This record gives sequence, C-alpha cells and structure tokens, in this order.
Amino acid sequence: MKIPLSRIAHARSGDKGDTSNIGVIAFDPRHYPVLAREVTSKRVKQFFGEMVKGQVERYELPNLGALNFLLHDALGGGGTLSLRIDAQGKTLGAALLRLEIEVSESELAS
Amino acid sequence: MIRIANGQGFWGDWLEAPVRLVEQGPIDYLALDYLAEITMSILQKQKEADPSLGYARDFPPLIARIQRRLREREIKVIANAGGVNPIACALEVRRVAPSLKVAVVLGDDVSGRLDEFLAAGHAMKNMDTGEPLSTIRDRILSANAYIGAFPLAEALEAGADVVIAGRCTDTALSLAPMIHRFGWKPEEWDKLAAGTIAGHIVECGAQCTGGNCQVDWQSIPDMANIGYPIIEAEPDGRFNITKHEGTGGRVSVDVVKEQLLYELGDPKNYITPDCVADFTSIQLKDAGPDRVQVSDIRGGPRPEMLKLSIAYSYGWKAIGTLVYSAPQALEKSKAADRIVRERLDQLGLKFEEIYTEFFGVNACHGPVAVPNPDPPEVQVRIGVRGQDRKAVDRFTRELIPLVLSGPPTGTGFGDGRPPVREVVAYWPALIPRELIQTSVEVVE
Repeated sequence: MKIPLSRIAHARSGDKGDTSNIGVIAFDPRHYPVLAREVTSKRVKQFFGEMVKGQVERYELPNLGALNFLLHDALGGGGTLSLRIDAQGKTLGAALLRLEIEVSESELAS
Repeated sequence: MIRIANGQGFWGDWLEAPVRLVEQGPIDYLALDYLAEITMSILQKQKEADPSLGYARDFPPLIARIQRRLREREIKVIANAGGVNPIACALEVRRVAPSLKVAVVLGDDVSGRLDEFLAAGHAMKNMDTGEPLSTIRDRILSANAYIGAFPLAEALEAGADVVIAGRCTDTALSLAPMIHRFGWKPEEWDKLAAGTIAGHIVECGAQCTGGNCQVDWQSIPDMANIGYPIIEAEPDGRFNITKHEGTGGRVSVDVVKEQLLYELGDPKNYITPDCVADFTSIQLKDAGPDRVQVSDIRGGPRPEMLKLSIAYSYGWKAIGTLVYSAPQALEKSKAADRIVRERLDQLGLKFEEIYTEFFGVNACHGPVAVPNPDPPEVQVRIGVRGQDRKAVDRFTRELIPLVLSGPPTGTGFGDGRPPVREVVAYWPALIPRELIQTSVEVVE
C-alpha cells in the first residue's frame, strides 16, 4: 500500500552554500530497510522537480536508522545570494515527508 | 566527568540562554558560538569604520552580567566572539569584568597574507565552483582560516577564565575543554572525533533540546523556558547530552538524531582541523529523563589542509512584497508580478536574476507545496540580484505604484520601498595547515 513518508519517518533540513541537506530518520529503526529501499536519490530528485537543479546524493547511516540527502544547486544560489524566503532550505525536510512510498502491511506492522 | 554547555547557537540567539545556563544548575564550561559564514565580513566593515570594533558586541555585556556566577562556580567561557578583532573584544571584556583572566587565540585572520599565498602558488580555488581566487581578488572583504580546538585548549592551559577566538570551528568550542581537562593528544582520533560530534550536537543550541524538532513537536513541554544543551563528557570519549533539571524542551534519542543529521555532508567524513569524525559509528541510548548517552565513536587522522572562509563583495539585491486579498488573490499576485517585470523590461534594466514567490501558496515548498486553490490572501514577493546598484535601486520603486495602477486589493506596502542590500558572498577554499600558525595571548 501507499503511505506518506511522514508515517514512518521524521526529517530535518539545512544548508551548506547552495546545497540543501535533508536527514530522514525512521521513527522505528526496524523500518530503516523500507526507507533505504523506497527513498532513493532518484525519487528525491523527481519529487522536488525543478526546485533541485543539480544532483541528489544519498548517504546511509544504518546506526541511526537514517538517510542523509544532499540536494545540489537547490537553494537559488544559497546563503546571501539566494532570493528565496527559505534560502537555508529549513522547510525542505517537511516537504519531503509528503513523498508517497510503497510498503506492505507486514513491513508496517514490524 | 565535566559539563560543557552551549548557550548560543549563532549571533542573535536567545540572550537569556547563557544566563540561565550559569544560574540554573551545574556546568564547568560555557561555549558560545557567534560566527556564521559571512559574519566576518560584516565585522570587517565595522572594524574599518572604527578600529575598536569588529567583534560580537553582545559578548562583553553578557560577561559583565554573568561574571559573579562565573567566579563563584569557576565556570570558564570559550567563545568565537572575537570576530576580526579578538584583542579589542578582550579589552572590552577586561573593562567590564576586570577580575576575569582573558586570553585570545590569534592566527586565523589571513586577510593580509592572501597575496603571499597566491605568490607561493596556492590558488585557493572555490571548493564549490573550482574558480581560482584571482577572479575575485580585488573584491575580498575578509579571509580567515578555520582553526581547531588545540589552540583554544592552550588558552585554557594558560589559566584563562574567558577564551576569545576568531574564526574557529563551532565544534572546537566544546572539544577544547575535553582536550584541556582529559589531556587528549593530537593522535587520539577516536576521542577527538567523540568530542567533535559532541560539539556538533550542541553547536546549534536548543536544536538538540527540542527546538525545531518534528517529532511530536506539540507535546514538547514549556518551550518558553527551553533548556540549552549540556555535554556530560567522560575522559574515555563517551558522553551524555542533557539539560538543566526543571527547564523546558526535551532531550531524547529522536531529538538528538535530528540534530546529528543537521547540515551534515558525507557522514563517514566529517572533516575538522582536529580529526575526521565518522557519524556511522555513533551509538545512541536513552539514559533517563532528558538524557541521551552517545558512545562507540570512531575517527581518523586530521586533514593536511585547513578550510579558509573568504568573504567578497558580489553585488546588490533587493526583495519587495505586496499583498492581495481574495477573491482571486493568487491571480492578482501573478498579474502584479507580470506588470512589474514588464515595466522593468521597458526600463531596460538587466539583472542576474529576478525571482518571484507567492507567499501563502508555494514560497517554501515550490512545486511540491500542498495545493491551495483559493487562498484568502497572498503575498507576492519579488527579488532581484545584480552587479548594477542603480538598477536594483530602480527596482525598489516599482512595487508600491501597483497599489494604484495594478490589480485590485493591493496592500501591505506600509514599510515603504524595500532596502537595497549589498550581497557579500562566501568563498570556501583550502590552504596547507602548516601555513597557519596560531598563538595565545593573555590580555592584561
């Protein structure tokens, strides 16, 4: 079944220059394999569409049940150059939690 | 065990936080982070206007306010409040708190050495774009090397009550007391990595005690009285994250995880001047109410290169807004945007970028925002950036006229035309560490 990522994970996002980082963390570490399978760099890049001009990199932190995404060229120039209200990407983590992921009932119950 | 608190996540953070940290329970060290990436350039301008300025001006009054408690409880302060003028900062602290011993860490400011570095063949290429520094040489406002925790520890060795640094890493402020008290050596990478990660967790103040936290945020108690973080550090590198009893907020495994991921790059290679920390080694455990234990951290050798933080004058920008109400608030806002752009075009004004957001519709989340087809009001927010100050200035006069000459219900212009701001940009680069020599000076 399809669920929003917010059912099983929380997130925090910030900036490094024109790159936004989003940490996505499973509430229950047993759901980490679902995160790792469903929330790929490609899906994150697709999800944000024109907002992310560059590549999306993904790093894995199984010890924290978490993934770290780097969204390059995603903050309108970043730092002081950016003309956006959210020049630091503080709200992008909350946006990503609306991503729909595919999960089986047994995975969700585990 | 020693207790290291962080009472300031950035310059402008809650003024009461450090005061409460020294009042509301036991701590041994108070770390205060004042410098964001471009703060140095702002301070450089202040110093050029007045040679006795160029540091975080909130810092001396804070020390004056808490000096009695610092003496009574033998709390030492470590802060990067020195900006581009640590000596002037120290003199002001001495003036308002004469009984405290103050030491400064010098050597991070390399603004006078860039030509020497360039002549020696160090291109100091922009780490993001690869461009050589020579392309912006004549526009540089400030240049500083990020220094690590060992020079700060040296200042603590010298018996300082207050250590004032310029551009050091945020994590160094918390790691320095551990090096000082536990006698950690430069090759003890695992311990240095542990202290660095402890510093990373607390460097944004209350972001690890329940602030900006997504997990059950509505249930986080008493955020008006949120407790700022305290590291309970052990000599073997283990540590707890906690806060004073009776304060608001929450310290839990979930909260600490969110902050661990904050502004993180490659988790296996968190590079500082002191070591390379591996975030994939971290183990977290709930250790009681508002207390999380952190252990098993591994680290690797420090890098051969230090990072430079260079600020340069890039150009000008201005951002202006108008508000339109329902019905058709979004359509009216879009029409206003089209009219402004057409008028700018007719004036022949050129900008590097014109960017429009519709506040209340998609400003934060862009194309992935939750659809809101008929919002009660929308703020149209138009920004321009360019090298030509006159063009940016002309733009600031093009918004308010729309109240009379554009779509109906235009309002929200009470603050007048928006200010033109200088864009100071950040140029990250690398330099061999042996070129950076630090020194500690006790200011009498």
